[in-house]
Amino acid sequence: MAVGCIYGLVALGFVLIYKATELVNFAQGDLLMLGAFCCYMFVVWYHWGYWTALLAAIAIVALFGAVLDWTVLRRVIGQPQFAVVMLTIGLGAMFRSFASITWGSEIYTLPTPFSARSTRIGGVTVSHEYVSIIVGTVVLCAVLYVLFTHTRVGVAMQAASQNQLAAYYMGIPVKRVFSLIWAISAGVATVAGVLLAPVSLIDVNIGFIGLKAFAAAVLGGFGSIPGALAGGVTIGVIELLSGAYLPQGFKDVAAYVVLLLVLAIRPQGMFGAVGRKKV
Amino acid sequence: MRFVFKTSYQQDMGLFRDGVQRNWYIALLVALLVLPLLVPSYLIDISLVFIYGLCGISLMVLAGYTGLVSLGHAAFLGIGAYAHVYFTQDLGLPWVISVILAALVTAGAGVLVGLPALRMTGVYLTIATLAFALIIQEVLTHWDKVTGGLKGKPVAKAVIFGISFGGSAAFYFLCLVLLIGGLWLTQNLLRAPTGRAWVAIRDSEIAAQSMGVNLAAYKTIAFAYSAALMGVAGALFAHKVGYLAPDIFTVLLSIQFLLMVVVGGLGSLHGALYGAVFVAMLPVLISGARDSVPGWFGQVFGLFGARAGDVVAGAVDRFVKQPALEPGIFGLILALFILFEPLGIYGRWQKIKLYFSLFPLYKHATFKRQKSYMRSERLR
Repeated sequence: MAVGCIYGLVALGFVLIYKATELVNFAQGDLLMLGAFCCYMFVVWYHWGYWTALLAAIAIVALFGAVLDWTVLRRVIGQPQFAVVMLTIGLGAMFRSFASITWGSEIYTLPTPFSARSTRIGGVTVSHEYVSIIVGTVVLCAVLYVLFTHTRVGVAMQAASQNQLAAYYMGIPVKRVFSLIWAISAGVATVAGVLLAPVSLIDVNIGFIGLKAFAAAVLGGFGSIPGALAGGVTIGVIELLSGAYLPQGFKDVAAYVVLLLVLAIRPQGMFGAVGRKKV
Repeated sequence: MRFVFKTSYQQDMGLFRDGVQRNWYIALLVALLVLPLLVPSYLIDISLVFIYGLCGISLMVLAGYTGLVSLGHAAFLGIGAYAHVYFTQDLGLPWVISVILAALVTAGAGVLVGLPALRMTGVYLTIATLAFALIIQEVLTHWDKVTGGLKGKPVAKAVIFGISFGGSAAFYFLCLVLLIGGLWLTQNLLRAPTGRAWVAIRDSEIAAQSMGVNLAAYKTIAFAYSAALMGVAGALFAHKVGYLAPDIFTVLLSIQFLLMVVVGGLGSLHGALYGAVFVAMLPVLISGARDSVPGWFGQVFGLFGARAGDVVAGAVDRFVKQPALEPGIFGLILALFILFEPLGIYGRWQKIKLYFSLFPLYKHATFKRQKSYMRSERLR
């Protein structure tokens, strides 16, 4: 369930970017890794407080996401999707390389205020780490929901994602909105990374969780924000159940099998929009 | 600028554009045939280029000509390699039959992926193939009886009709023959209705469908053919590496194949081969650079005093010795090509050629791509 929330958060990052700019960001998992490493660096190397470090990491990675959009990704808008996929794969490889050179390829643990504490709720022992993940996801989603529906910026983002040209004519600074969306998406990835860090340790390849988050995003229909979260939780639960009831080895592939089945039966995902291109 | 005036249908259907082009290809073939005499020690590396060339052709058919981008081609390579080794070593089948069977098995896997893929487009397809590749990798790890699991599986040298192809020169020629065979077959398919239908699907599915192209059939054929080529390449690859383990056939290898077709130039067989040369040679270049680059930095900074030179050389040396640098460089090259030369090496070559043949009249705008503000692929 908690891991499912992480999948959901990463998938949320995919969906935000896809909805707004039609780019599919294969480097989302690597942004998550950068975020987790940044936070680790502040907490362990510089001995900052957990919350300060979290905020600083979010700020840095979000800024990085915006700069990335501003310098690189803006050039490929409108090009075939294939180009974007390749570009973000390339960027992801660069991030991984950068992280392993800067922080080393060892495995780290991030100390948090929630580590090694647990509460008993109605006979079930729940560790605080998992609670922190679920609460964090819910809070983040609430914040994003309010941002998207109740603020000027959020409405501008929705407009830009529906029709870039029309939004531009209405006086919305589409380019700036896109950078902002990249920043938000990178920030969400950072939060996911930091929340994930106590559960699964931080290393350079933590970004491969992005692949499972893909399954979540596709399951939810790639263009739908509640869909992404639902997909993430579904994938998490399926993984848990298959780990418990199926032979060893199935746990890792369960997510992908489900993904293939969903794509074969309902290619738009559970909540995706159906439509045909008009010529 | 030279124009080819065609005077008969025979000429239009020919494999080569004209006599000049044919002679160039013959010259290239002769050069490749005498190459073993000139550089006997590098033959193993060059045969890897040929194997990658087959992989490149395979992915080019799918991604470059049919427009279906696959991130799962390493899985096909793996299936081909394991199937071939299983058939020759565990079942004791002859080499030729085993390769054909391996190609058929891989083609079957290709159809298996292709069938659900018929209903999806764009990114969904890429993700589906990625999921398939991850599943296959897990299968290779856990199906101990056939694949040897994590322990891996040693591969014997190739023996065809009682003749051993274990020597590097013999293996070189084996790879060369299969590469030329694959090229010839693919080139013929691409000039035939099948290839035309693929290109039509790539350019617009709706238009192709309206013209009577059976989307499902041709997409499946593309997947099956591409996978079969990959299966043959996998058989050769198994002999090349000599020891199969599931962690060879990772997503990173698939990404390398995509790098190959992108860097070479999408939509041309030339591009697939340029890309293969590039990808196979890049590690060699990188390791060469690892040895020489720190020295250069040392010399440049040595101008500011011997100590500065040593310090900088040491720092650069430590930096370039990082093992993680290589995937980063691959990523950087991929990103740079996508941003600045989407047509790849082949496209650049075409531009240079056109520049000289049109010499004073070359227009920069000839290859300029039309910029679209927003081209939605969400609705197809």
